Amino acid sequence: MEIASAILLLIGALAMLVGGIGILRMPDLFTRLHAVGITDTLGAAAILLGLAFIAGWGLLLVKLFLILAVLLLLNPTASHALGRAAVHGARRPWLSAPK
Amino acid sequence: MLILVVTVLLGTMGLALIRAVRGPTVYDRILAANAFTTKTIVMVTTFGFMVGEPGLYLDIALMYALIGFIGTVAVLKVSEFGNLGQTRPELPPKPK
Amino acid sequence: MKRALSLFLLLFAFWLLLSGHYDFWLIGLGLISSASAVFLARRMGIVDAEGLPLDLVPGLLRYAPWLFGTVIRANFDVARRILHPRLPITPMVIRVPAEQRTAPGRVSYANSITLTPGTISLEVSDDEIEVHALSVDAAEDLQSGEMGRRVVALEAH
Repeated sequence: MEIASAILLLIGALAMLVGGIGILRMPDLFTRLHAVGITDTLGAAAILLGLAFIAGWGLLLVKLFLILAVLLLLNPTASHALGRAAVHGARRPWLSAPK
Repeated sequence: MLILVVTVLLGTMGLALIRAVRGPTVYDRILAANAFTTKTIVMVTTFGFMVGEPGLYLDIALMYALIGFIGTVAVLKVSEFGNLGQTRPELPPKPK
Repeated sequence: MKRALSLFLLLFAFWLLLSGHYDFWLIGLGLISSASAVFLARRMGIVDAEGLPLDLVPGLLRYAPWLFGTVIRANFDVARRILHPRLPITPMVIRVPAEQRTAPGRVSYANSITLTPGTISLEVSDDEIEVHALSVDAAEDLQSGEMGRRVVALEAH
């Protein structure tokens, strides 16, 4: 239990770090949204699941899954709203040259 | 372990802050703020377990998750339309 | 009415979960708040198949594990691209058909697309979704249409 929790926490922390690096490295807004996607899904899910392993059975567990569900439902909506607003604000995505 | 996770999360929040400061567009800043919110939620949850009082901090994280989303959408709406009440101007009124 | 009742039960369960105090006074307050929230929602006319998509729940139990696996795989792909020193990304905008019949189905599809790192839905119209893809692989995965078919199956229940 402890080991599974530690592994998940580590994966989550790494994913968060990668997402943060991605937010800095990516060339434009739309590609940065993909990097945020990593922190929102794998990062948050792995850390919250890791915590669920040490939370024990009870109200804490339910609340952890509630937070996870809220994050997984709302973050894509926020990303979509952001991308859509940027398109409407006449920001054209940086596209690679077609091969 | 939990201390390590909280430290990494704080570092990543710093990375998001750098993006928020550098911009260049307003959308990049909103994106950075949104990523910052997600990390704060996870960080507060982990912090609760770290200090041994998870029940209290989980409630805070849950409320933060709900309010943070509304904040992001509200800021986006202001940046797109210039105010909070207006819907898309070119659309006809919703049929009953 | 059935929807209103299930909304009431959901809200009340949420209240019990968050409150943590189970004495007569606070449970009574919870009953009153849930009832007035349902009353207001009914007056606003949002207690319908779109506002409370209970019909999707049974199919969701089968869809969620598949989506989970897909999201994990996509995560590792995008993480590899971010950490790669040459940043091997080929961003592109594609259009995928949305064959879902109902609005909650289309929203589920668009939300799943955005949830998967590597693809983000930019614009949702009645029969197609405009998607920004990070790489050719991500775009081709989506264009194979498996996710779309699974969301259509989700609706059918």
